[in-house]
Amino acid sequence: MSYETIKSIIVLLALLTTVGIFLRYAYRLLWVNLRRGQSSGPFERWGERVKGLIVYVGAQLRLFRFRLPGTAHFFIFWGFLLLSLTILQAITEGLLAFANPHYVLPIIGTFGPLALVQDFFALFVITGVSYGLYLRLIVNPDRYRGSHRGQGVKVLTFILTIMLSLLVMNGLRINLDQDRLHAWRPISTLMGRLFAGLTPGAQGIIEEVAYWIHLGVVLMFLTELPQGKHFHIVTSIPNILLRDLEPRGRLPVTKTSDGSVGVGKMEQFRWKQMLDFYTCSECGRCQEMCPTCRAGAPLSPKLLIMDLRRNLEERGAALSAKSSDGVLSKSLTGEVITEDALWSCTTCYTCDQECPLFIEHVNPIVEMRRYLVLEGRMDKMLQEALANLGRYGNSLGQSERMRAKWTQGLQPSVKDARREPVEYLWFVGDYASYSPTLTDVTRKTAEVFQRAGLNFGIMYDAERNAGNDVRRVGEEGLYEMLADKNMQALSKCKFETVITTDPHTYNTLKNEYSWNGNRPNIMHYTELLDQLIAKGQLKFSKRLDHRITYHDPCYLGRYNGVYDAPRRVLRATGCELTEMTRHGDRAFCCGAGGGRIWMEEKPGRERLSEMRIRDAAALKGVESLVVACPKDVTMFKDAVKTTDNESRLQVKDFIELVHEAM
Amino acid sequence: MKIAVPIKFVPDLVEELNIDSSGAALDASWLRLIINEFDDHAIEQAILLKERSGGEVTVMAAEAEGVDDILFAAAAKGADRLIKLTGDLGSGLNGHASARMLASLLKEIQPDLILTGVQANNDLDGAVGPLLAGYLGMPYVGYVAGVTVAGEKVVAHKEYPGGIIAEMEVKLPCVLGIQAAEQPPRYVAYSKIRQIMNTAKIEERAIPNVDSSGAVTVSRMFKPEASQRATIFEGSSEEVAGQMVGIFKELGVL
Amino acid sequence: MSQDVFVVIEHLRGQVADISYVMLAAARQLAQGIGGNVTAVLLGRSAQGLAKDLASDRVLYADHSALAEFTSDAYQITLAKLIGDESPRAVLFGHTTIGADIAGGLSARLSLPLISSCRTLSGDGKFVCQICGGKIMAEGDLPDATTLITMVPGGYKAEQGQSTQPPAITTIETKSFDDPCITLKQYIEPEAGDVDIAKEPLLISVGRGIQNKDNIEIANELAAAMGGQVCASRPVVDQGWLPTTRLVGKSGKRVKPKVYLALGISGAPEHVEGMGESDTIIAVNTDPNAPIFNVAKYGTTVDLLDLVPQLTEKIKQVKGG
Repeated sequence: MSYETIKSIIVLLALLTTVGIFLRYAYRLLWVNLRRGQSSGPFERWGERVKGLIVYVGAQLRLFRFRLPGTAHFFIFWGFLLLSLTILQAITEGLLAFANPHYVLPIIGTFGPLALVQDFFALFVITGVSYGLYLRLIVNPDRYRGSHRGQGVKVLTFILTIMLSLLVMNGLRINLDQDRLHAWRPISTLMGRLFAGLTPGAQGIIEEVAYWIHLGVVLMFLTELPQGKHFHIVTSIPNILLRDLEPRGRLPVTKTSDGSVGVGKMEQFRWKQMLDFYTCSECGRCQEMCPTCRAGAPLSPKLLIMDLRRNLEERGAALSAKSSDGVLSKSLTGEVITEDALWSCTTCYTCDQECPLFIEHVNPIVEMRRYLVLEGRMDKMLQEALANLGRYGNSLGQSERMRAKWTQGLQPSVKDARREPVEYLWFVGDYASYSPTLTDVTRKTAEVFQRAGLNFGIMYDAERNAGNDVRRVGEEGLYEMLADKNMQALSKCKFETVITTDPHTYNTLKNEYSWNGNRPNIMHYTELLDQLIAKGQLKFSKRLDHRITYHDPCYLGRYNGVYDAPRRVLRATGCELTEMTRHGDRAFCCGAGGGRIWMEEKPGRERLSEMRIRDAAALKGVESLVVACPKDVTMFKDAVKTTDNESRLQVKDFIELVHEAM
Repeated sequence: MKIAVPIKFVPDLVEELNIDSSGAALDASWLRLIINEFDDHAIEQAILLKERSGGEVTVMAAEAEGVDDILFAAAAKGADRLIKLTGDLGSGLNGHASARMLASLLKEIQPDLILTGVQANNDLDGAVGPLLAGYLGMPYVGYVAGVTVAGEKVVAHKEYPGGIIAEMEVKLPCVLGIQAAEQPPRYVAYSKIRQIMNTAKIEERAIPNVDSSGAVTVSRMFKPEASQRATIFEGSSEEVAGQMVGIFKELGVL
Repeated sequence: MSQDVFVVIEHLRGQVADISYVMLAAARQLAQGIGGNVTAVLLGRSAQGLAKDLASDRVLYADHSALAEFTSDAYQITLAKLIGDESPRAVLFGHTTIGADIAGGLSARLSLPLISSCRTLSGDGKFVCQICGGKIMAEGDLPDATTLITMVPGGYKAEQGQSTQPPAITTIETKSFDDPCITLKQYIEPEAGDVDIAKEPLLISVGRGIQNKDNIEIANELAAAMGGQVCASRPVVDQGWLPTTRLVGKSGKRVKPKVYLALGISGAPEHVEGMGESDTIIAVNTDPNAPIFNVAKYGTTVDLLDLVPQLTEKIKQVKGG
């Protein structure tokens, strides 16, 4: 038997083995395991979904938020796509070696410009991969903590080898005059020069060895692919295609047939969520940007997803093998993921936003919290806050009748939207209504509205906590009760627009309340003020000369995209605005969200609010930190004291500047 | 072990309390009623005992606004039977009337152990527990912050001032007045309560004629005038701190 | 029915409780008005010595081993017979872990009226009770039958019930107590704390208003700066933020410091029972209607989280220079 025939046979066998292994993994991990999950979908709006593929997969848009790694990955990704054709070439020529040792694929193998692009991309891929190795081996940033570094290095080395062997192979073929497209392969030609001194026979042997290395490593890579984080190469496209298109601020709720919510066991997740777990490439962008993780809490969104993936695989294997070892008795909430990690999340959305693969982290956390709530597993402070919300409609445990106490003495008195129609229904919110720290600010807000000539009113005692954070804490039943009560009160009022000062309230009213199908216009007061200024309805009588910086609230900025309106208003007052390094959609959470303001603080970690104050204090010349959320006022005023920055920085609510400038 | 937990509703002290036009009773229109905090602990203690050594827990209450929700919440925590006493309660039940009414019901149920809150904020003629024990002829230990079952007896941890605990061994059947359960009352998720409403049932029992004798007649209710009213420091927190330091110096502690 | 007023003396491990003296003072007021005598009822074992400073006209004393320490069945049996035999105008019990355990049972068994949480009794037969956390007072006339009354402190000072003349003691017969339903097995002491707050002249007390365990740090710092000690009301101890040895109140310690600084404490009667006799009480509470302001000499509605660090700062300046 000739060498070529043996070659063909070996290639065929190797290919079949590899494909077999790959398919077996894919079948087990995807088909078998995912089938055990709950149903997902329905999947609609396909135009938008496909556009997402083009933008987020094709253009790799999210990856560029980390500029250098993003660029490297862009080239690795496109290189991979383009050079996969060379792999096809290698396999085909191997299979057909017995008939034609120099087989070249039609069109793909004869199109010069393609060869040129491929040649350059091989170089780009090598550069990108080298950068990747440098990052992992030398820099080793914190975002890789917990990732399978060995696997990463191995695969990068595989790719490096595949590229180098390709170039060597090509270069030698060019030397041996076996390449018709040699003019289109300058890089390969250069590579070939390295071997120019050798005899043709030697070059021929090296070329063949290079081929086997090339093919061999490709096939090894294929078997490696489904076993770990590189599965994202396969699953990223369906994962991004099937992503949730609902607004960020709308948390999905899956109810089982008996009406219960929450995930206490892996199989209670939806299969799309399980696909998320498989798609994690362990890049750690979420881990690096997560404020809670930065503060030293035992929560890393990346490690959460990785732990869930491991549990999914372990359980999958155990269930299929019908084995009864400890894996199946391991509790999802408590052992696989600790309660501390689950409660540490502020739901700031940074992780979900950074993830290039559109993996949802906040969603599974809330689902598991729902289970903890059902089991009554929460700290006493949170329990008390929920009990107060259930009984009094606010987390501060004060009577409903005291909700509008802040209006006492205001002239003219604030309209009761329950009794007369108004244009703007102002949904005040718990903290703005009840907290003594905020009474002054709330009153100033009313004055500003009045001076702007707005026809506005409030619901007085009928208002309840809007429920945004109740839902994020996992008390779905209580959320529904509060939303019901609010909807009942709202449906009795006549108004055009709902306004609120609280971004959390804003988020749930805008994105989650059903409004019986007829949603009114809902605005945060910064948007309203921006509009009024643009229309000329709101005029400032003086120009303030404060040097300020502005903190984007999570539920206004990241969740609902409102970044510019507040800034326009602030500039209109004349203040000089300097941005913190982490601003806009990278603003650093104050730590109150996700119900954390209702929970006990744990020792051994920093306070997010203090870290943020330091961000502001680091700006030379800035005297005030301006906030647009009542909870921010409380959190930051406290943090200014505890970080000893009282003489350095003042915390001002947005409305204070507007009030001053009027 | 059969455990019975009589509970009652009391005025919520978060709200402002007002006297009605008769001058001798609380103004009901301003009143919000909530479960007596100590009765809530009694439910928790009963559930804990059931979880530890098995048994059946019956929770009973007289009709009031919001009672159904509390009874269903008790069921969601693990209570087995829910009984609501209905009927013409007139101006409300005093301790003696409640105790008599409960006694006749409990004679029928024949529990081994009765747990109830040691007191309630609106007790004027005594707490229900000791009266109930008296009508049933059972021993009573109050101010209990821990219960262990030991065969035909229970061991109750009775609180004394200064943090001292007296270990009292009591023969069953008996009544215990609960000061605090061994752990704070657990949280029940709303969805769980709503779910349980589909499966649990509240048995309604009509109250026979109410016998209120043994209570007191109140001729006047009023809000206490402070014999002395504190001198209030005004101003910002910094100013107040300054004034306080002045007082400390005057008092000689600084 | 005689016009005598009986007072059931409370004692624990050889000490007469303050409430007993308060009750004697109340009994004296009522007895004087209706023309009767004040009779102290003392149950115990070799406990005659406890009667030495009781301000009563006579003492009825029952001596039995079963009465050495309080158990509610032995006490009830003895008192039931006594009340049945003597038929006094009124019998006063403490509204305490002792008195409240027996008054109700006696009311039920003997079909006698019962008034609870009583603060004062007047010579014209009127009672005033406090309910609803001390926010509401209820007044009425004593019914025309032997009335059982449980009393809370606050209406009289203990001194008013004390006397330098030991009263005459009459021993009364007791039934035998076969097969008691309730047995006292032992007393359990609280874990020895580092500090006995009852001995401290300056106490900084934290209540629910401190909000969480971390904030207690500011109280610690203030205490350190002032040379005082930190103590707490029930909600704080229940949460486990401070040990039981620091609890002030009905179930905790009774303290009478020179200065008691109450931070975020509402002033519920159970707490006031433990500190109401302090020389000077200074209260910090954002609710201007909090009952604590009725017992405090000075107060402020400024937020304690704002105030306390500033106070600490100023004190350090004064002390350190």
